[in-house]
Amino acid sequence: MAPRALAATLDTLPPPVSQLLEADASAPDPAQLRDLYRMLSNVRQLDRDAVAWQRQGLIPGYAPMLGQEAAQVGAGAAVDKNRDFVFPTYREMGVAYTLGVNMVEYMSTHKAIWHGGLYDPVATHFAPFQAVVGGSVLHAVGWAHGQTLNGPGASVYAGLGVGLAFLGDGASSQGDVHEAMNFAAIVKAPVVFFVQNNGWAISVPTEQQVAGGSVAARAAGYGMPAVRVDGNDVLAVLAATQRAVAHSRAGLGPVVVEAMTYRRGPHSTSDDPGRYRTLDDEKIGGGEDPLSRFRKVLSARGVADAAFFAGVDAEAQQHADDIRDGVVALCSRPGSEMFDFVFQETTPTLGAQARQWREESEHV
Amino acid sequence: MSDTLEAVRETLPMPLVQLSMQQAINRALGEILDADDRALVFGEDVGVLGGVFRVTDGLQARFGAHRVFDTPLAESGILGTAIGLAMAGFHPIPEVQFDGFAYPAVNQIITQLARMNYRSRGTLPMPVTLRVPSFGGIRAPEHHGESLESLFAHVPGLKVVSPSSPQQAYHLLKHAASMPDPVIFMEPKARYWNKAGVNLADNVVGAGSASLEGSVVVRPGKHATLIAWGAMVSRCLQVAELAAEDGIELEVLDLRWLKPIDEAALAASVSRTRRAIVVHEGPHTAGLGAEVAALVSQSCFDVLRAPVERVTGFDVPYPSGDLEDEYIPNIDRILFGVQRVLEYRRG
Repeated sequence: MAPRALAATLDTLPPPVSQLLEADASAPDPAQLRDLYRMLSNVRQLDRDAVAWQRQGLIPGYAPMLGQEAAQVGAGAAVDKNRDFVFPTYREMGVAYTLGVNMVEYMSTHKAIWHGGLYDPVATHFAPFQAVVGGSVLHAVGWAHGQTLNGPGASVYAGLGVGLAFLGDGASSQGDVHEAMNFAAIVKAPVVFFVQNNGWAISVPTEQQVAGGSVAARAAGYGMPAVRVDGNDVLAVLAATQRAVAHSRAGLGPVVVEAMTYRRGPHSTSDDPGRYRTLDDEKIGGGEDPLSRFRKVLSARGVADAAFFAGVDAEAQQHADDIRDGVVALCSRPGSEMFDFVFQETTPTLGAQARQWREESEHV
Repeated sequence: MSDTLEAVRETLPMPLVQLSMQQAINRALGEILDADDRALVFGEDVGVLGGVFRVTDGLQARFGAHRVFDTPLAESGILGTAIGLAMAGFHPIPEVQFDGFAYPAVNQIITQLARMNYRSRGTLPMPVTLRVPSFGGIRAPEHHGESLESLFAHVPGLKVVSPSSPQQAYHLLKHAASMPDPVIFMEPKARYWNKAGVNLADNVVGAGSASLEGSVVVRPGKHATLIAWGAMVSRCLQVAELAAEDGIELEVLDLRWLKPIDEAALAASVSRTRRAIVVHEGPHTAGLGAEVAALVSQSCFDVLRAPVERVTGFDVPYPSGDLEDEYIPNIDRILFGVQRVLEYRRG
């Protein structure tokens, strides 16, 4: 058994349209390389800390993304925050971080403050936290088709805004994902289906989830290109996603990117992986830690040294502590908001229920 | 034209146009697309074909395939992309071809469409008007005659409306499409082809109400109130006509909005008539009639002369065309319901 990340590659994405590639896919310079490590380190620390917060009773639950840092940071770094739009699931903390979403507002959903989180999805271009597996993939296609309808002239930029739909190997079993890929390919929607194939849908391994073993391989059936990439190599993920985004941005239609990675942690803080896999399985399946791999790359290229890594990691701990303080300070939303956000224009019936709730709730 | 003449013209009543409900909806869709360049009409066969009921006939030729387009045969996909288009600032008016085919889209309707405004704390409104040819009465195959109003009305975040006439359909659709929230627009397909006069002037909905909110009394009466929506309204009007021959004056209340329900209008009507019969095609148990009966009982308990009667479909799958007349409330069954209410004696 080999690490999953090294599974056979697949690449049917045609050569990039050069002028668009310049904006979307320039190779990272040393400063950008160091930034990538900074993001990886922060995401790793925050993810580990969030699990601890749950154990401490600060938050009721969390879905760790340990092991998927390179996939999420690499994908997020390819997003143009001004014109693209990300449609996450419930495990995209790393993408949210990379996009600059306020992490206290993001973590509010895990503190059970508000389902979608308190961040502004319009301002951040990061759709609300999504609990339904595969639920937002169609939204990405609809949003992306809207960019086509707006036309390239609708923005100050060349090319289209791109929708990035995040999904996993488990979600790929959902009918909505088929409907989304089919619809996107028919209308050539500028959407990238970014699949984190992390080996596990809670307790069910990919072998029992994805017939044929690869979501990217399905793309051929829809007549769209796909790239299957080592999801634990942040530079490979970044390059593949940049190429995919450039392809969609040029109006050439949707692309599947399948990042082969490994969910090193449990599905959620309520899960017990010991019931379905061994520690040895995890060691072999996970392969080398994506952060350690990237440290070697940076050291070999001479753009960072041990002192840099130590400094960044210490900063990451400080950031995570600051975020923890923010999460601790998060107050409950007023109960009236249960009623306030159901509609843009409320109804007499709901107004009456809100009034009755207020009258019968002594604490309000 | 002089200003005086223009002023005179504006005060003249607009002539009624004879339209079927299918034509009235088509006309409303055309006006919506004309007035709002963010409005989009899409669904299965709505483009070149003009819809299986021809409700979207000619719209693609008039507005282009980028604004009126055919989708793959995938209802969840239609609703999911509508949500994404709304997030991109469009005003989607998707069609699900038949009521029973809304079931594959129920996941997107309930878990996404109805909740996106809430989940996003009002930052991602869902101005989506979902047109669903609904209810039975046309001898169609299985899943082409369902009544989904109690399912939709139960879901927080949705508004539900059903027109009973071409006039109502024309105005209510334009109103629904102007709303910033998701509206399920249930078109009574059995009434698609019946023509009636339509006053196209804005804010004139006829039958005693200028408002597009709430319900409307379509026939006044004093002995009992028949409460109905969709195709059952015209049937109740027939019943009222027959009952009048026996000196029984039945009021007919077209509920129109099935969510929110016009509780004040229900109370006002039944307070006067003191008896109520709610009529719907959907199954009896947990049907919307139960909600209506509860509301009437609560608001009119002191004056009610009889328990609220429900004349509804049965707790059976919607039957094949040959049996649908046995299932849908017919004139006789509604009259029996009226009789039970009128003859009810306490103790």
